[in-house]
Amino acid sequence: MTATRAIALAGDAAARDAARRVTRNRWLLLAPAVTIITLAAAGPILIVLVYSFLEKGNYAGVIWNFSSEAWFNVFLERGMFDDVVSFADAHLSIFLRSLRLAVMATAMAFVVGFPTAYFIATRPARTRNIWLFLITIPFWTNLLIRTFAIMEILRNEGVINVVLGWLHIVDEPIQMLYTDFAIAVGLLYVYLPLMVLPLYASIEKLDFRLVEAGYDLYANRWKVLRHVILPLVRPGIIAGSILVFIPALGAYVTPRVLGGGLNMMLGNLIEFQFGQGRNWPLGSAISLTLMALVMVALLIYVRATTGREARHG
Amino acid sequence: MKKLLTGALVLALPMLAAGTARADGELNIFNWGNYTNPALIEKFEKAYNVKVTLADYDSNDSMLAKIKAGGHGYDIVVPSDYMVKVMIDEGLLLETKPSSMSNFKNMTKQWQEVYFDKGRNYSVPWQWGTTGVTVNTKTYGGDINTWAVVFNPPEELKGKINVVPEMNDVINAALFYKGFPHCNTDKAQMKIVSDMLVEAKKTWLSMEYGNVERFGKEDIHAGVNWNGASMRARLANPNVAYGYPKEGLATWMDNVVVLKDAKNAENAKLFQNFIMDPENAAMISDFAKYANGIDGSEKFMPAEFANAPEIKAPSWYKAEFIPPCGQDVNELYTKIWTNLMK
Repeated sequence: MTATRAIALAGDAAARDAARRVTRNRWLLLAPAVTIITLAAAGPILIVLVYSFLEKGNYAGVIWNFSSEAWFNVFLERGMFDDVVSFADAHLSIFLRSLRLAVMATAMAFVVGFPTAYFIATRPARTRNIWLFLITIPFWTNLLIRTFAIMEILRNEGVINVVLGWLHIVDEPIQMLYTDFAIAVGLLYVYLPLMVLPLYASIEKLDFRLVEAGYDLYANRWKVLRHVILPLVRPGIIAGSILVFIPALGAYVTPRVLGGGLNMMLGNLIEFQFGQGRNWPLGSAISLTLMALVMVALLIYVRATTGREARHG
Repeated sequence: MKKLLTGALVLALPMLAAGTARADGELNIFNWGNYTNPALIEKFEKAYNVKVTLADYDSNDSMLAKIKAGGHGYDIVVPSDYMVKVMIDEGLLLETKPSSMSNFKNMTKQWQEVYFDKGRNYSVPWQWGTTGVTVNTKTYGGDINTWAVVFNPPEELKGKINVVPEMNDVINAALFYKGFPHCNTDKAQMKIVSDMLVEAKKTWLSMEYGNVERFGKEDIHAGVNWNGASMRARLANPNVAYGYPKEGLATWMDNVVVLKDAKNAENAKLFQNFIMDPENAAMISDFAKYANGIDGSEKFMPAEFANAPEIKAPSWYKAEFIPPCGQDVNELYTKIWTNLMK
């Protein structure tokens, strides 16, 4: 009896040891990732946070005195020519423009990306990888080079206008470069793969018997798409939209090159504060505001979409 | 694009040189984009057996931000006049005493005494020029010697204007146009300037730095521009001309300085002396098409250069540097600029 008990206890101890080992190994395996995330993500954000509460240096840099002026200036401004305090109209306009273009780019990426992903997912398994491979090709080239390539296509003496001229469709070149349209096209092109890949992953898992069932129940193609396919691939839509929306909101190179530098987006405003504006604390505060806004948008989005799913259940 | 290609080319050159001879040392130069003659760098590398690495920036302030952030590894930067003053005051520069270097005697008298570096204890001229206007005279045949071509443009030029996105250059030009003093904190005057810029911007096509090619290809037809860039555009397209606004225009000078934390300070000093040699200074101008401030360099350049309309200013023109303005001015300018770009 005692012997069996001892054995049982020993067994327990062994199991506990094993469990402890598993936990330890898990942590050891996680350690590199955790270290990198702490140092490379949390660290810089902390520095930015600290800087946003400091005084700005006379010529760039910061002075190590506490000040909340930068945060005041993100949202409010003292009038340039009188001392009336009002909402920071310039910052608000720049933010709204960024938001509008990011939403536009996300919507366009979905409209273009969904059929693409659907097409790939419905190919025979053998050829799917080739199509996916083709989607990743743009990633081989530097973003700046790709953006300049789009510029060559859109400019007044670029590919589109030359072809339209040959065909005598237009007499004067259409001004496409340096417009919001050019920025949206640029963002769409750059971030399209980020929409296609998660959509593909979702559509590939789609049970096509459900689609057939939909047809059997006299749904037309539109109804099948709306009531069967789209709800089932929602995780892919959410993931793709988030992946496109976030970098588009903070995009810097594309608006600068294709927008002709006429109007700032948030990324350009932040850069300006660290450059010619010589106001590092304000630049820090604006970038943190951008981060916070992205997080709030994400939370609202996720909350809204999961809520609907729960009702379905 | 061109800037990128030049950058890649210049970066590749030292590697080729390193293959043939072992470099005695290194030199890291941080200069404006599309501004450095690769042949000059090659010559320096051969003469002193030094491996040069070149990186580029597009504005004084982005350079200052990078230097202040630290960890950059550069030995030499090329700030404009007022920025030399700022960097000296901020204690960022090494006192290399160019005034006692062997080639100092070649520096044009006028540039030996400058407000931003009295007695030339830190800096050596790289190139100097003016900020004026560039106009395609085929598109617009009227008077181009006025800021009105960009701030109150004629019908022919509307929607075809590029203005460099340099806050100080643009606001200074606007102050000249309105006849107001520089480093201005007069709210009534600055409101006029701000409203004028907002109105004028509606007629601008873009606000970009690189514009030589775009003037050449007639993507743009007028703009605030630097004289050398304008000359390069004219060489690409003979219709392009440079105007000296009669309301006044600023002179600028970019200068080679050595950073206080330079690892290769000795090589950097050699470079400062090297570019005061007239033959070498001529190579600088030959590439970027600005005057260099070194006497005797014209002997090594084609006669057309010294007499080019972009280089030979009209007789009424008097060189005028605009000093750095105080923090309150910069704050006001920044607000005006952000509002303009919103």
